[in-house]
Amino acid sequence: MASTLSDRQLVARCRAGDQQAWAELVERFSRYVYAISVQAFRLPEADAEDVFQEVFARAYENLHRLRDDAAVRPWLAQLTRRLCIDRLRATARERPAPDEELITAEAEETLSLIEESLVVHEALAETPEHCREILDRFFARDESYRTIGEALDLPAGTIASRISRCLTRLRELLEGRTDDRPPSSTR
Amino acid sequence: MTAFNEERLARLIRVLRPAPEAWVRAAQQLPFARGEVDEIVARAEADAAFRQRLIADLEAALDAEGYERDPAVVEALRIRFKAK
Repeated sequence: MASTLSDRQLVARCRAGDQQAWAELVERFSRYVYAISVQAFRLPEADAEDVFQEVFARAYENLHRLRDDAAVRPWLAQLTRRLCIDRLRATARERPAPDEELITAEAEETLSLIEESLVVHEALAETPEHCREILDRFFARDESYRTIGEALDLPAGTIASRISRCLTRLRELLEGRTDDRPPSSTR
Repeated sequence: MTAFNEERLARLIRVLRPAPEAWVRAAQQLPFARGEVDEIVARAEADAAFRQRLIADLEAALDAEGYERDPAVVEALRIRFKAK
């Protein structure tokens, strides 16, 4: 679902009861929330699913408390981190640990990587659709050349060169950006 | 910003993988689950024993009363009742 709505506009629509906007908000931030729980905190799949549902349930219940609609992403990140830590603490009850011990250096490093990845995905969203599609399918969805070829109706032999060209295009886009532009999309 | 070579770009694209579709769909259903949540909350407010059962073991209480365990409903109720 391609959308031109900013995070601020999307949150405002959700708060007004627009169910389609809510579906889009979940879609926009689902990868981000998932990455924090599974990659940074390395939660098992079942725990990660509970955290994922709870993050969005709390967000839905508490959206009216968000002071700055544009800050929904860091708000969700904080909520996800908090719930992951609670989950880790609950599974390590026999040896209570302070938050600092539950957020390892490796987790912090992965959280930084996730933030950097957001910038790349935001740039990816600005590339032509065929680039967005092929790069996402190959790298984020782990699809084979054959699967991609069938889905996009492309000869398998041309896929590697297309991926390479699209990566070059993405790199040029990123290099043309200013350093201080905040990420706003995870698709 | 860091210089991006192809290898680094590929790695960064990989970081944000899609969440399982069923999880996303369940979270998207939250607004639709609201009616059922409100009904259960109203019942719990009128019936202290039911409320206690929800708090003690949410999923078992819902099962016992014949409610379907919609993940969106369960999560919303868990937050509402701070249930186990």
